[in-house]
Amino acid sequence: MTQALLALADGRVFRGEPCGATGEAPGEVVFNTAMTGYQEIMTDPSYRGQLVCMTYPLIGNYGINPEDMESSRPWLSGFIVKEACPYPSSWRGRTSLDAYMKEHGIVGIQGIDTRALTRHLRDQGAQAGIISSVEGDAARLVERVRAVPSLVGRDLVREVTAEAAYGWAEGTWDLRRGYTEPAAARFRVVAFDAGIKRNILRRLASLGCALQVLPAGTPAEAILEMKPHGIFLSNGPGDPEPVEYLIRTVRALAGRVPIFGICLGHQILGLALGGTTYKLKFGHHGANHPVKNLLTGGVEITSQNHGFAVDPGSLERVGVEPTHVSLNDGTCEGMRHRELPVFSVQYHPEASPGPHDADYLFQAFIALMEGEKGG
Amino acid sequence: MPRRTDLEKILLIGSGPIVIGQACEFDYSGTQACKALREEGFQVVLVNSNPATIMTDPEMAHRTYVEPLTPEFVAKVIARERPDAMLPTVGGQTGLNLAVALSEDGTLERYGVELIGATLPAIKTAEDRNLFGAAMARIGLEMPLGFYAGGPAEALEGMRQRRMQFPLILRPSFTLGGTGGSIAYNPDELEAAIKWGLQQSPMGQVLVEESVIGWKEFELEVMRDLKDNVVIVCSIENVDPMGVHTGDSITVAPAQTLTDKEYQLMRDAALAIIREIGVETGGSNIQFAVNPRDGRMVVIEMNPRVSRSSALASKATGFPIAKIAAKLAVGYTLDELRNDITRETPACFEPAIDYCVVKFPRWAFEKFPEADQTLTTQMKSVGEVMAIGRTFKEALQKAVRSLEQDRWGLTLDRPPADLETLRQKVRVPTPERCFAIAEAYRQGLTTEEIAELSAVDPWFLENVREIVELEPRIRAAGLADARVLRRAKQMGFADCRIAELTGTTEPEVRAARLAAGIRATFKMVDTCAAEFVAYTPYLYSTYEDEDEAPPTPRPKVVILGSGPNRIGQGIEFDYACVHAAFALKEIGVEAIMVNCNPETVSTDYDTSDRLYFEPLTFEDVMNIVERERPRGVIVQFGGQTPLKLVVALQAAGVPILGTPSDAIDRAEDRRRFAQLLEGLHLAQAPGDTARSFEEAARIATTIGYPVLVRPSYVLGGRAMQIVYDEEDLRGYMREAVRVSPEHPILVDKFLEDAIEIDVDAIADGERVVVGGVMEHVEKAGIHSGDSACALPPYSLGDDQIQRIMAQTRALARELGVIGLLNIQFAIKNETIFVLEVNPRASRTVPFVSKAIGVPLAKLATKVMLGARLADLGFGEEREVSHIAIKEAVFPFVKFPGVDAVLGPEMKSTGEVMGIDRDFRKAYVKSQLSAHSPLPTSGTVFISVKNRDKRAVLGIAKRLSEMGFSLVATTGTAKLLSLQGMTVETIHKVAEGYRPNIVDLMKRGEIALVFNTPEDGRARKDSSVIRRTAITQSIPYYTTVDGAQAAIGGIEALLKGEISVQSLQEYHAAP
Repeated sequence: MTQALLALADGRVFRGEPCGATGEAPGEVVFNTAMTGYQEIMTDPSYRGQLVCMTYPLIGNYGINPEDMESSRPWLSGFIVKEACPYPSSWRGRTSLDAYMKEHGIVGIQGIDTRALTRHLRDQGAQAGIISSVEGDAARLVERVRAVPSLVGRDLVREVTAEAAYGWAEGTWDLRRGYTEPAAARFRVVAFDAGIKRNILRRLASLGCALQVLPAGTPAEAILEMKPHGIFLSNGPGDPEPVEYLIRTVRALAGRVPIFGICLGHQILGLALGGTTYKLKFGHHGANHPVKNLLTGGVEITSQNHGFAVDPGSLERVGVEPTHVSLNDGTCEGMRHRELPVFSVQYHPEASPGPHDADYLFQAFIALMEGEKGG
Repeated sequence: MPRRTDLEKILLIGSGPIVIGQACEFDYSGTQACKALREEGFQVVLVNSNPATIMTDPEMAHRTYVEPLTPEFVAKVIARERPDAMLPTVGGQTGLNLAVALSEDGTLERYGVELIGATLPAIKTAEDRNLFGAAMARIGLEMPLGFYAGGPAEALEGMRQRRMQFPLILRPSFTLGGTGGSIAYNPDELEAAIKWGLQQSPMGQVLVEESVIGWKEFELEVMRDLKDNVVIVCSIENVDPMGVHTGDSITVAPAQTLTDKEYQLMRDAALAIIREIGVETGGSNIQFAVNPRDGRMVVIEMNPRVSRSSALASKATGFPIAKIAAKLAVGYTLDELRNDITRETPACFEPAIDYCVVKFPRWAFEKFPEADQTLTTQMKSVGEVMAIGRTFKEALQKAVRSLEQDRWGLTLDRPPADLETLRQKVRVPTPERCFAIAEAYRQGLTTEEIAELSAVDPWFLENVREIVELEPRIRAAGLADARVLRRAKQMGFADCRIAELTGTTEPEVRAARLAAGIRATFKMVDTCAAEFVAYTPYLYSTYEDEDEAPPTPRPKVVILGSGPNRIGQGIEFDYACVHAAFALKEIGVEAIMVNCNPETVSTDYDTSDRLYFEPLTFEDVMNIVERERPRGVIVQFGGQTPLKLVVALQAAGVPILGTPSDAIDRAEDRRRFAQLLEGLHLAQAPGDTARSFEEAARIATTIGYPVLVRPSYVLGGRAMQIVYDEEDLRGYMREAVRVSPEHPILVDKFLEDAIEIDVDAIADGERVVVGGVMEHVEKAGIHSGDSACALPPYSLGDDQIQRIMAQTRALARELGVIGLLNIQFAIKNETIFVLEVNPRASRTVPFVSKAIGVPLAKLATKVMLGARLADLGFGEEREVSHIAIKEAVFPFVKFPGVDAVLGPEMKSTGEVMGIDRDFRKAYVKSQLSAHSPLPTSGTVFISVKNRDKRAVLGIAKRLSEMGFSLVATTGTAKLLSLQGMTVETIHKVAEGYRPNIVDLMKRGEIALVFNTPEDGRARKDSSVIRRTAITQSIPYYTTVDGAQAAIGGIEALLKGEISVQSLQEYHAAP
């Protein structure tokens, strides 16, 4: 039984056993409270640069299957679990969590008191850390953690965005048929890939969107030349502020074509419209976050994954109103422009993992494009 | 939407007596609902026939009616109280059935009572399989193929039409706990199963359903509010696949083997179902089956109410489903309600769990040795435990030791020597299957083979394999290797199990691991996986790094609970523990509860100041006591469970509050008990202790047969029997008990035809106050838990009562009782014999408390902490002008083939109370509540043993006069004819002629049965009559005393109006 260490920037060290690849992985340590969907979480590009601790202790129970991928590979820097299951059981599973992590070089640690870590992050805030299955000296590891750069001010989108444009032709997952054929195309939609999750594309494709997925650096003029019916701003990792090129592009596009943004896309939109963003203490990462829809008064249980938030106060004067608010901490979860065909949410209506309560937002995007088309 | 202002008074329906399938989880939910509605300023009117509930405590509701849960009686309450609304969804199936009945007979409309929580159409759509099936089809969800049949032929025809294959699942409609349900593998079994089911169904219909046996079973607990917000509180996965009733399955929360994609499909389905069925507010439980090969999901059923599973889900997550359901029913929406645990976040969210919860059922087959132990679609367990751990392995092993069956790990009591028998034990679901699976690994079977045999998901099996594979390592390492020891503790191995494996003792294991720094850490159940700060210390132990809930500096007392419900130790003991917690809170002492029963009020995080959801073993209790350092531990309320720990706890220096524990020994040890009574000049039935058969036979010959035999130190009359001759005695000692010098048995003269008396009293060291003297309706020989009893006594003279009270005081003083005391007396020929003294809370404490309006357990707690009874307002006995009758409720209907006769071994699962100013009326109410309504016309069948022939004359005469026709077997009929009575003779079954009495009963021609069985072995002959009475729901009495009381009741019924009155009115100061 070899050892693995997790050292935090504030000097706290957890000792456990290795899982996945052998090596050392630095990153921002965050916790996620979802009880299912570890595969989707691992392959969500928004986790770029992070060491993700799953609060549910038994991870890997149903293994890894070829269908539940949210991108081409796992993006997180490292994975922290209480017990990584070596004997997955599922008719869908093909390989074990450990084998998958090894295959993709993901360093992990298991057997630590993940609840103690979670409480620590909750109280002290998300912070840098290193998982190592090669360093035996905790003090030296803590030294190295102090050199790990913060997420603030770093453009991580560059690391995850598509190198070239691509199309998308896969619909929503079905129990019997797997991924379905997309619906007949009615709208040309361009999606900025700032680390996009595939299920967003699947939902849009299933609702009749012909998709072009573009690198985040694609300029506004190139977009307009494509004459899209709508523009989608994707989720993505890290701090939105340094992604200036995308903010500029969105500023140029806002008001000219219907825009829908999710997560980082929501923050980019907020910045493009003249608002500000800030870092949350430990962020929202889970599949049980209650969000109140201010337009209907209803509550949605949502999937969330963000460490930064839009300050809605900063947007009042530019005609943007909040549409959704977190019932847990009152932070902004959605907004729309009072006049322009522009709206966004901080959370993940595409779920995957998580509840489907907010799926109506994709319909809302379709309706917005329909309205603009007709008008 | 805030609280509705158009409602003022709300009627709440409880679930009545504890039966298999409907237990104290409904006291938990009902109590929460009462508290929630009161908190909101509503007038709460409660009807529940079960006195052993917290919800029927007079301070829980404004008006508490301990009255029969029948449409007639609830209608009387409605007529009297005129509530604005009725909330039926916290009272189990009983509550829903009453709501349906009172809606359909127009009562609710007549009095303008609105159904809240669930509407009539919603209840009917959820309960009626045809309507439910149609609803599922409308929202595109699959169900197993099925149809209703009214008879075997119809079933076969329907099967052919739909091209359905055996096996088939049969379920009667509108029953609870799967009563009458079964599985048929061929046409013969189908015929038998349909007939059995038809007898159980109030609607005369049985659902014939495609089998999904072997599929994975899941449950979701769903909540919805008036604004259509819906949340899933918890997912539950059954370890036992489809085919075993969920109440009999080992279950785990959250679901373990579903990918997010599949889980979300199930969640979507649950949301669609609650919306389509139209449950507007509150909780529902939805069951699904999933094909493990391709994930195909079918809906099994939905309960539009709180349930056993919702209680489990509440305990597993910290989300108080019933409380929230009550608030939603009166207009609140989920986002308007706070999460009590985090305070900052709303109730509108889905709990995140960061531990694993295992529920393990507790069966009582030792009480019914003839019963078939195979687990099917009809629930057979009488209780359950829940355990929390950081892994499934840890939680499973904690659950196993929580069962209190002297099993410390995954071990079979008698591992079969041959693999074929073992395979059989893995294949057929029984209470032992989980242990057989572990044994199969020990004997080299593979996961593939075990999965093939059992259809249990390999994920669960592999976890068991890991546990089993650590055993040889523990054995090899002994106590020297701290790493192995730590690993064992993290996997949930009990100290006792490690001792078994290493050939050491529990104290040695404990010492070794403490020396190595391996100690339990405590973590919180907080609804949110530590994302937010939690304020309610609801704790479980695990072996991790961080202990997150350090003890407070307040003065504190630990209350040890009563563990899983079982026959002989049920809700009554939990009731006393809850009162202990309330009392401690009242006097400003921190109340620390330890218990592992998820169904109870005691394990509501609201009940105590600090809740440890832990097994009640020495190891687990010491882990708590050592960190909390309480002023003392209360052991006298939780029944036998804490008492078993007293010696070890005292040896470890733990202060025990109240009565010195030596008093327990003086009361339990035969010779010391005899000395005690001699010293006080009290009479005892002659008897002695035997350590071998020869000794027992010698004692019996000396004192004369019949004798009462039992092992020492038992509760609920376990293995207690009346023995009529030496051959009987030999049989008893061969089959029922293993007698040895270490495990002696007690042989006592059986006092035939004696009147039995129960007394509950409370003592503060100076004063002894009798709470109640209860006279049993049945003569001595029937276990007191199974006997109906009356408070105050109905046939004793004042002087006799005074003598009993004097003896009670003398015994309490002599034993130094501080707290509660229960004594059983028998009166024969004017002599008062002391049968048994229990210096602890008894089963009757809640009944007496309700009957006299004094919370005995609460007072006892204060007394244990130094208060004086006089200062507590209970310096002398309370006189009452009404009469309260307790009647027992039995589970015989669940166990085909078991004789439904009463004896010294307790068999009842629950109790009801009938209260009135008139004895006969109180008795009628108790019978109605215990589910055997008394007839006022028709034919009565009488068959009595020789000794009762004289007594039966009077009974028959009164019945004749009231207009009943009489039917009797030859002997009894001859006797009655000689007395000039008109009586028809009917054949006994054994006589071989048809029609016999059973035919008549099955034809519905018999309204009432009086059948006193012959003593000893001959009684088997009449068991078919009693069995038929149960399956045909014909009221039957097996004792003359019971029959006489019943006739009094019928007279009262014939004379007309029986009224209802609340406890608050009974107990109002005159």
